[in-house]
Amino acid sequence: MSGQRTRLRPRFDAPRIDMSHGAGGKATHKLIEGLLLPALENTALAPLSDAAVIPCGDARLALTTDSFVVRPLLFPGGSIGELAVNGTVNDLAVSGATPLALSAALIVEEGLSTEVLEREVGAMATAAERAGVAVAAGDTKVVERGRADGMYITTTGIGVADPELELSAAAVRPGDKILCSGTLGDHGTAILIARGDLELEADLLSDTRPLIPLVEALKGAAGPGLRFMRDPTRGGAGTVLNELARDSGLGVVIWEERIPVREIVHGACEILGIDPLYVANEGKLLAVVAPECADAALEALRGVEGGEEAEVIGEIREEPARMVVMHTGFGGTRMIDMLVGDPLPRIC
Amino acid sequence: MKYSREFRNAELARAVAAEIASLTDPGRHYKIMEVCGGHTHTIYRHGIKDLLPEQIELVHGPGCPVCVLPMGRVDEGIRIAERPEVIFTCFGDMMRVPGSKGNLIEMKAQGADIRMVYSPLDALRLARENPDREVVFYAIGFETTAPSTALTLQRAKKEGVENFSVFCNHVNIVPPVRALLDSPDLRLDAFIGPGHVSTVIGCRPYEFMPADYGKPCVVAGFEPLDILQAILMIMRQLAEGRCEVENQYSRVVSWEGNLAALRSMAEVFELRPYFEWRGLGFIAQSALKISPAYSHFDAELRYATPGVRVADPKACQCGEVLKGVLKPHECRVFGTACTPEHPLGALMVSSEGACAAYYNFGRKVEERVGAER
Repeated sequence: MSGQRTRLRPRFDAPRIDMSHGAGGKATHKLIEGLLLPALENTALAPLSDAAVIPCGDARLALTTDSFVVRPLLFPGGSIGELAVNGTVNDLAVSGATPLALSAALIVEEGLSTEVLEREVGAMATAAERAGVAVAAGDTKVVERGRADGMYITTTGIGVADPELELSAAAVRPGDKILCSGTLGDHGTAILIARGDLELEADLLSDTRPLIPLVEALKGAAGPGLRFMRDPTRGGAGTVLNELARDSGLGVVIWEERIPVREIVHGACEILGIDPLYVANEGKLLAVVAPECADAALEALRGVEGGEEAEVIGEIREEPARMVVMHTGFGGTRMIDMLVGDPLPRIC
Repeated sequence: MKYSREFRNAELARAVAAEIASLTDPGRHYKIMEVCGGHTHTIYRHGIKDLLPEQIELVHGPGCPVCVLPMGRVDEGIRIAERPEVIFTCFGDMMRVPGSKGNLIEMKAQGADIRMVYSPLDALRLARENPDREVVFYAIGFETTAPSTALTLQRAKKEGVENFSVFCNHVNIVPPVRALLDSPDLRLDAFIGPGHVSTVIGCRPYEFMPADYGKPCVVAGFEPLDILQAILMIMRQLAEGRCEVENQYSRVVSWEGNLAALRSMAEVFELRPYFEWRGLGFIAQSALKISPAYSHFDAELRYATPGVRVADPKACQCGEVLKGVLKPHECRVFGTACTPEHPLGALMVSSEGACAAYYNFGRKVEERVGAER
């Protein structure tokens, strides 16, 4: 045995892939760490961050890719085309990289109306312009009717990593503050309501948006005090905080009453028996900053569109190591574990 | 949903907790069972134990319908789901319950047409939309969900939907509580009565608890302040030497219950002579089957389920935990061979199961408190 192993890898022993392997929680982690990573092992992939960092001369390139299979294609507040651009741009942004260009691969089902395809490509163009990035390469495949649900999109993004920033869970220290850029659970809940299975009606929009302005604001306010950033998409904030606790080896403590959640999301989640902490977001970020920068960072976030409802939701402690604990609004405490199972399939 | 926030007010909680503490005899140990899994979930989710004096122990009862389902019934459901003509429908909780050869999620990945629904009416709609398929609804739950199954079957009969049937696993709450009270290894001081079940059956069915067994019972709602108030009402009864059924959840539960729902149930269901409960064994007249007038919709008859009994895995101690004899973390496989991702026992599956609630919410807190003591 050679090399340094920071933790034991789970063995992937499921005989078949089921829906929970795509949910972004524990089962997804097992699939990645137990099957994909061992097969593809390399230094760029190994940290399993939102974007890989690849040295290129004096610069460091950031590379990320994401597939979008959301159903329905059009939902309140956005659509698959907009999501496909924002999702990849955001993975670059929270890695501290400036996006350079995107590629897009479309898998289109036979029979899709040209109008829908035009609408979605238009949405991609608008989102790319808003993020200040070009879709510089693409591919199109058509599959038989019934083999894809309208269309799927895969986007890949390349960016330049900021030489000043060292963002990682390992950079996090006890006493650091955890910031959340706004209300949690909007995207997943909006999709669920849009599907109509629940016969719930609510005035709720997906939060899909590029995070670049929020990231720039944080960088400006916290500088090197900015330690860690993630956008809590599939698996939600609960899963990101667990990854942070696990990868830093430290404890994460959060306060329920400080976590921003819209009343409408709170209500829908209560009815469904799910926790907004595990519901996907597409326009929010979680950041860890040094305690002395926390006030400035919060103020900077709140000054940017999409960050008005930012809050300091918790802090890093020595104990309980590798765990996430929440002080409930009711005055008790409880543990927050990683998402198990898949309450809301195909939300992105 | 502003409504729920009022019942999660930390200031009110502190006031109620202080009153509970003032009624607690420091030299006495109190064991209070919350019968319902919904209560177990609330207790862990909001950390209610942190607000109680250490003399008060909450014991988690058998009121999680997924948890008490024996493995044989899970296997029979899976066998129906595997039939090529069948669209098998169930609540989300059922998908991960382990049968002896896997769960419904795995069967779905192998090609079975299994769909999650939020209501039996959704299953009936699927039957109407797919006239060339057979739609089966896996009905589980106490008296809480039984009326919706009953109404769905009444509608199916009225509309003459032929390709719809129900695999009925509805159970009654009173027989297992009585069985627990008869169990020699269990010493309880009082019960927190189930709220949702009581919206249907009312409070009267619990009168045997004080009358025959001398145990107070307070029917409670599902917000954390409801549960805290119910504990306070119990502590008042114990301090004042009273012993009766009280209704904390009067904003929803009436003394007589929901007569229309009870009438529907009486038309569609009849009592089974006995039914197997996980961990508790066979209990007489503890479950419902579909009545002869609706037998056409009975999946047990349509698919001739053999009624096989399957023993739980040997290492699994769900039974002891269900009876409150063991705490979840005292089970020998808790958190090792049995976790929410790979549950051995049903208590680890449902979010209302004591073990899953404890694993997801309480584990760390208990360890920390344990270390301090």
